[in-house]
Amino acid sequence: MSAAEATVGGPGGQRRGAREPRAAAVVRFLGRLPVQIFLAVVAVLWLVPTFGLFLTSLMPAGLISREGWWKLISKPSEATFENYRALFNDDSITKALWTTAQIAVGNTVILVVVAAMAAYAFAWLRFPGRDTLFIIIVGLLVVPIQVALIPIFSLYNSTGLFDTVLGLILFHVAFGMPFAIFLLRNFFAGIPKEILESARIDGASELRIFFRLVLPLGLPAIASLAIFQFLWTWNDLIVALTFGRDTQPITIAIFSQLRQFGSNIEVIAPASFISLAVPLAVFLAFQRYFVQGLLAGSVK
Amino acid sequence: MAAGAEAQAPRPASAGSLRWRRHLVTGVFLAPALVFLGVWIVYPTIRTVIRSFYDREGSTFVGLDNYETLFTSDTLVKAIENNALWIAVVPAFVTAIGLIFAVLTERVRWAVAFKIVVFMPMAISMFAAGVIWHIMDEKNPDRGAVNAAIKVVRDAVVPSGVLSRGDASTPELTGSPNRGFVLQTPLRPGETALMGLTAIPPAEMPEDAEQAATPRPRPGAITGVVWRDFRPGGGRPGVVEPGEQGIPGATVELRDSGGQVVKEAKTGPDGAFAFEDLDPGSYRTAISADTFAEPFTGVSWLGPKLITPAVMIAYIWVWAGFAMVVIAAGLSAIEREVLEAARTDGATERQVFWRITVPMLAPVLSVVFITMIINVLKVFDIVLSVAPGSSQDDANVIALAMWRTAFSGVNDFGLGSAIATFLFILVIPFLLLNVRRFRREAGT
Repeated sequence: MSAAEATVGGPGGQRRGAREPRAAAVVRFLGRLPVQIFLAVVAVLWLVPTFGLFLTSLMPAGLISREGWWKLISKPSEATFENYRALFNDDSITKALWTTAQIAVGNTVILVVVAAMAAYAFAWLRFPGRDTLFIIIVGLLVVPIQVALIPIFSLYNSTGLFDTVLGLILFHVAFGMPFAIFLLRNFFAGIPKEILESARIDGASELRIFFRLVLPLGLPAIASLAIFQFLWTWNDLIVALTFGRDTQPITIAIFSQLRQFGSNIEVIAPASFISLAVPLAVFLAFQRYFVQGLLAGSVK
Repeated sequence: MAAGAEAQAPRPASAGSLRWRRHLVTGVFLAPALVFLGVWIVYPTIRTVIRSFYDREGSTFVGLDNYETLFTSDTLVKAIENNALWIAVVPAFVTAIGLIFAVLTERVRWAVAFKIVVFMPMAISMFAAGVIWHIMDEKNPDRGAVNAAIKVVRDAVVPSGVLSRGDASTPELTGSPNRGFVLQTPLRPGETALMGLTAIPPAEMPEDAEQAATPRPRPGAITGVVWRDFRPGGGRPGVVEPGEQGIPGATVELRDSGGQVVKEAKTGPDGAFAFEDLDPGSYRTAISADTFAEPFTGVSWLGPKLITPAVMIAYIWVWAGFAMVVIAAGLSAIEREVLEAARTDGATERQVFWRITVPMLAPVLSVVFITMIINVLKVFDIVLSVAPGSSQDDANVIALAMWRTAFSGVNDFGLGSAIATFLFILVIPFLLLNVRRFRREAGT
């Protein structure tokens, strides 16, 4: 993102501006006007669906079945938080949010620790077959979740992990592992050799080096990973759908509302908005890290 | 220093235990990850592939039977067809839109804000995105945002009618809703036209209808009324009576003696209309067929025919931001000097774009494109949330079919494993393509 920022404002632009007479600058701005307008329209269009959901969640139940959310713009007095109040009075949604939080935070923490340890081993510990094993692990990115569903379903049933928060957490950790190890190992490999070497010469144990040096230095990549995994698992549906029944994260809670009633928008809309408000807030707060993590995985 | 020297001096006993300790440490670092990967990924993969060769109960070996079902069962074939459609349409759209946005935002100062807005749907779950579009795609244009927008555009081009049917109440008014009703009585300026309709369900009467007005003659004008000529329990047809409502918004035509339409007017809430300042002559009035044109009832986005495009639109809304961000990063890596040199040499923006930017972006574009193919092969959540229960079969995709086969209804683990394995096989070549790209890019 920062690279793109640099080119947008950029040295090139400033040089041109210094030499250009005012009239030419205006002409260039006007030349860009169609682009500005087009992008502005696109941006508004992109926001409309989410904004529409928000307004829908503010509509009283009677009004929802008759009119669209845009009517609320001309009749703002009709807006009400009643739907949200009803939602929070109802235990099932608050419980679902708490379950989601447990799953998302739990699996992210475990994943970060386990993956960081393995990534460090691949980056800086020497052992036979290291590079081959690394390639195999990254290769596991190939495996779609569907392939694991049936066997793990049977496994969970026989080990009592079915319909538990722990079962869901462990599954998410496992499937986040290949990407996490890939991301962190590449970052750790970039740590200057000298820092680690001098620590080793000083007699520090590997564990100590890991906790005191590597983790702090790796914080940017770890943060990206954590945010990415948190968002990914907060938003998950298929895993919870397969391995849970009464253990319901928020996605499942909304899904069962959708399936059972389909038309009680006054419940579905606010619940959906709340469920997306958390990842949205996390995203907005950390969007720089999020994008970095994404780019690390896609374009090297 | 002394400790270091000691560790380096070869002493058989401590050198051996040192190596053993090192391997132990390595083991500690690696073991948890390997356990997770082995139990939750490697083992299930092997199990699933093997399981796909057995029947529903898992006891009888059936060879390739499940795979045969995969390609012959109606539901599953439909799912495969849908995925093929997805692959043909979505990656191209997403990549193209991402490219356009990435290129355009280069020229604008508020690029970052724009990127955040367009990228934001990726933070929302695919499921929530589906819910959003499920609500927006509702058929009723009064409630579904998409249809409301279409209605606005359509009404500007094709006026919508007021009523769906009606019959003439007097013999002088001839015609039908399809062709319109013509009042056969010739009229001269200063005369009035009475055009009454019956067989209109009360529920269809527009809300703003008022008591029909008996038209008053005006010199030089032809005035008239279009009204619902019906009084419960009797009443005289062809006469405006109290309790009978005018039909507002009806389109009335004024035709000359040759039958050509010379003027048009719309009736007011009391059904009254007037054509002023007329040249002397003989005219006829008619209720235009437009009055009976079908109002726009909304496109059935969530119905069986359009459900897949509807889900695709929601999906593109989510993923265009991803493509844009990745391509923008690739774009910013292209050296400005190359582009500037081309511009100085006299190349137009279009030439710079097509001859230099796009070819240099080719690796990034293909990574995005291939990633989208992989994602689209696995599409699941968004189909579940956009498509109502009645359209699930028409919106079916492989990942969804697998889930339903294994975990709902039939509970056929054998067939489900086969579908999962099939999905796996489909995904592999694209992933290998991407991996090859990465390694070429990274130079490893």
